[in-house]
Amino acid sequence: MSPSPKWGAPPRPHRRPVPAVALLPQALLLLQLQQVRGAGGGRGGRARLPGAGGTHPAPPQPGAEVGAWGGGFVGAMGPLSAYPQPPHLLPCSVTSVFFGGGTPSLASPRTIAAVLEAVAGAAHLPAGAEVTLEANPRSAGTARLAGFKAAGVNRLSVGIQSLDDAELRLLGREHTAAEARGAVEAARGLFPGRTSIDLLFGLPGQSRGAWARGLEAALGLCDHHVSLYQLTLERGTALAAQVSGGALPAPSQDLLADMYQTARAALVAAGFRQYEVSNFARKGTLSTHNLSYWRAEQYIGVGPGAHGRFVLRGEGGRSREARVQTLEPDAWMREVQSRGHGTRRRVVLSPLEQLEEVLALGLRTDEGVTHERWGRFSPHLSLEAIFGAPGEAKALQQQGWLVLDGGGLRCTWRGLALLDSLLPALLCQLQRRWAPPAAPALPAQGAAPAGGGGAPRRSP
Amino acid sequence: MSTYPVESIRNFSIIAHVDHGKSTLADRLLEITGTIAKTHHNKQVLDKLQVERERGITVKAQSASLFYSHEGANYLLNLIDTPGHVDFSYEVSRSLSACQGVLLVVDANEGIQAQTVANFYLAFEAQLAIIPVINKIDLKNADPERVEKQIEKLFDIPIDECVRISAKQGTNVEKVLQKVIEKIPPPQCNTADPLKALVFDSTFDHYRGVIANIALFGGEIQKGHKVVSAHTKKRYEVNEVGILTPNEQPTHKLYAGQVGYLIAGMKEVTEAQIGDTLFLYKQPVEPLPGFKSAKPMVFAGMYPVDQTEYNNLKSALERLTLNDSSVTVHRDSSLALGAGWRLGFLGLLHMEVFNQRLEQEYNMSVIVTAPTVPYKAVLSSAKLIKDRRAVQKDMLYIDERRVILKYLFPLNEIVVDFYDALKSLSSGYASFDYEDAGYQAADLIKMDILLNGNPVEELATIIHNDKAYATGKFLCERLKDAIPRQLFEIAIQAAIGKKIIARETLKAYRKNVVAKCYGGDITRRMKLLKRQAEGKKLMRKIGNVEVPRDAFIRVLKRQTDK
Repeated sequence: MSPSPKWGAPPRPHRRPVPAVALLPQALLLLQLQQVRGAGGGRGGRARLPGAGGTHPAPPQPGAEVGAWGGGFVGAMGPLSAYPQPPHLLPCSVTSVFFGGGTPSLASPRTIAAVLEAVAGAAHLPAGAEVTLEANPRSAGTARLAGFKAAGVNRLSVGIQSLDDAELRLLGREHTAAEARGAVEAARGLFPGRTSIDLLFGLPGQSRGAWARGLEAALGLCDHHVSLYQLTLERGTALAAQVSGGALPAPSQDLLADMYQTARAALVAAGFRQYEVSNFARKGTLSTHNLSYWRAEQYIGVGPGAHGRFVLRGEGGRSREARVQTLEPDAWMREVQSRGHGTRRRVVLSPLEQLEEVLALGLRTDEGVTHERWGRFSPHLSLEAIFGAPGEAKALQQQGWLVLDGGGLRCTWRGLALLDSLLPALLCQLQRRWAPPAAPALPAQGAAPAGGGGAPRRSP
Repeated sequence: MSTYPVESIRNFSIIAHVDHGKSTLADRLLEITGTIAKTHHNKQVLDKLQVERERGITVKAQSASLFYSHEGANYLLNLIDTPGHVDFSYEVSRSLSACQGVLLVVDANEGIQAQTVANFYLAFEAQLAIIPVINKIDLKNADPERVEKQIEKLFDIPIDECVRISAKQGTNVEKVLQKVIEKIPPPQCNTADPLKALVFDSTFDHYRGVIANIALFGGEIQKGHKVVSAHTKKRYEVNEVGILTPNEQPTHKLYAGQVGYLIAGMKEVTEAQIGDTLFLYKQPVEPLPGFKSAKPMVFAGMYPVDQTEYNNLKSALERLTLNDSSVTVHRDSSLALGAGWRLGFLGLLHMEVFNQRLEQEYNMSVIVTAPTVPYKAVLSSAKLIKDRRAVQKDMLYIDERRVILKYLFPLNEIVVDFYDALKSLSSGYASFDYEDAGYQAADLIKMDILLNGNPVEELATIIHNDKAYATGKFLCERLKDAIPRQLFEIAIQAAIGKKIIARETLKAYRKNVVAKCYGGDITRRMKLLKRQAEGKKLMRKIGNVEVPRDAFIRVLKRQTDK
């Protein structure tokens, strides 16, 4: 699960000293799944530990440390499992793992290692799978990071937010610019080419100039992957109160638009690829994990409030479910310990709902929704059939916000910044033009089917 | 009821300025006479309506019959509680016609106020006996002596006729009752005469039909009698008569001089007209002089939120106007809002209370707009050049304290806020009356509202040239708030013919995309997007501009902030 830190709020203080396992609910675990090519549906084979290159150690006995997590993980797999007991083997391969949520870097490397082992014990976790950890600059010292690396982490995302001390104080962050720099440098040392930073713009009182300078400083520091977010003021935070009370100026819509556009242009000029609304990568260092969200692939979320989307094969069905786990950490723990899983809600997504997600998420990326991807979710109605006819999409194309061509459906450079103005219209068009595939007619007894292929048939 | 001959009856009302203590005094009188039990829950018992209780004001006049013994004799005292707010002076005048005297209550600290004066004149002109009652003497700043002197000077009533009381504490309230018996004459009527009953108020009950408040000016009435309405000529059989204590208490008979209620199988609101006279079948009488019909001072357009509610609103209005005949109702229609009504009220409070009652008692929510004023369009109009829109016609002094000013006003200048403003400026002392002076040629034009050059039919208005700019600007501003931003700039303009007289610009979106969309964000995001997609389906398109359904309503809606 990606982080959703409360911008502008101070990090939650620890209320009591907690053992390692209880720290884990502050982190969320997400696994991207992919069908193992050539696995042939077999259930043989043993799990592999990440980085263990070919050896087949026995799956670890769940220790007290990983009890809840291991169990939670297993439970989240649910019907995917062939057997209720570990080790059970999935006909799937985990392509990426993401530790996000609160502050995963506060967990001990041992815990991270144990979780990864549990994953490997329950599914196929290839050596090259991307394993990302979100780190807070204060808990990203070299020693710590080295520990994480040894545990199996191979990519780091550092939430620096800003490299200006005044801005950091405004945001209520505990770290200083110097600490942020130190953390990024340590990360780059240990995870060269696989370090990412988060930056915020649109702070109250921030000028265009200050933002431009801040961006430049950040680029000097991290030149592989940058995530850029406009500050959202969360209700109930001190910063939100200051702005609504008038003590601090709220940035105008024009200013925010300018900041975003100049940042995009600057990053692209520096050789970055804007592969998503907020994400920029150089030298091919895109986040595999996040891409799977936007490509509507399958993922499992483990931990309080974690979300998932995957197809249940265990029951022989082909339905893609949306799942969410219990939000409150203590409740989640209790449920995992008593029931064996923390899933709170499961909803089957209808084919139309799946397509709506494919559209809304795919258009966030620069590649958009490819014909191939659309075809997987809608084999009978192509992008052209739905969006090619005269209608909303055509109008938006003519106005220069969208493109529909051999590469698929995607936003133009200008259109991406206004995606949320385009989507409602496109959803309307999709809902209007989509229809489930016609049911194949049962042949009339003894009579040859009428007409050629594709002719409508009478239902019996 | 038969044990109370006419001589033992007193019909009286309590009149006063707002909050001087009428309703509290009424509570005490009810307690003393045993009509209600003496508890501290008796706060403004006669204020039955929810809206009255909430606002602490009396809206509808209610009445109660009290039984009282004094010096060995038994008396029947009929009390009619009256609204104190200036808007409802009409209700006061109706109640007074059933009385022979009034208690004029004055706050011992505030002294004589605008409504004290207005109500005094009403009672004086109706030739009723007036008993001044000085209330709230328990309060620290009370100065009854000063108030008594005021009363003597302004109303010419000797000081020794005043009664000083504290209604809250009950001090001296008994003396008031005694004064009522002594000073207020019994009604001049005879039970031997044929029945002549005045309908001075009514309520509609779902189960029992119309309950009419009546005052008998002659004769007697009981269950089984057949009565005829002088106005509708329809005949009814009386199902029930009774008195109000203050709840309905059936009795066998009601006699001349008495006040009570009657239920006679009337089902339709139009069957019991306020001011109507009822008499016995085959014994017609001269109908009682009709009341002065109320002149509306504030007007508003009222439309159902959805046209499917039209019939519901129609019947709610019919029922409510039965219980409040001072509201004038005319059918009206608007391009934007559909079919509705133009209503006239006695004042802004009257309108607000009316709306509140619509909502609370009939569960209707409505759109209230500034009303349309009827225009006659003439193809070629002679222009009248005036400095101001009102032209003074006359000025006349009534006495050294009062003056009458006569002006010629265009009707639409007074329909919305004039009355209220006048009352404010004169601290409530000024009163206002008008009559139709016919149509006059005026400098009127048609003003269009345009969105990116396309006219919005529903918002086109006919307006006086002088007002065009201000109104145009106002409409443009309100429309700007009601339309969401889009992918292109929207010019909102007010135009007269080809000339643009006002303009607002709704800038295009330059950035509209949510920053984060990972795992858990996705579900939330999809929900919001789908809701927006649904909203889009309901939008109207004017040219290329998407306009939400309720945008015009929001623009036309009368502003409730004062």
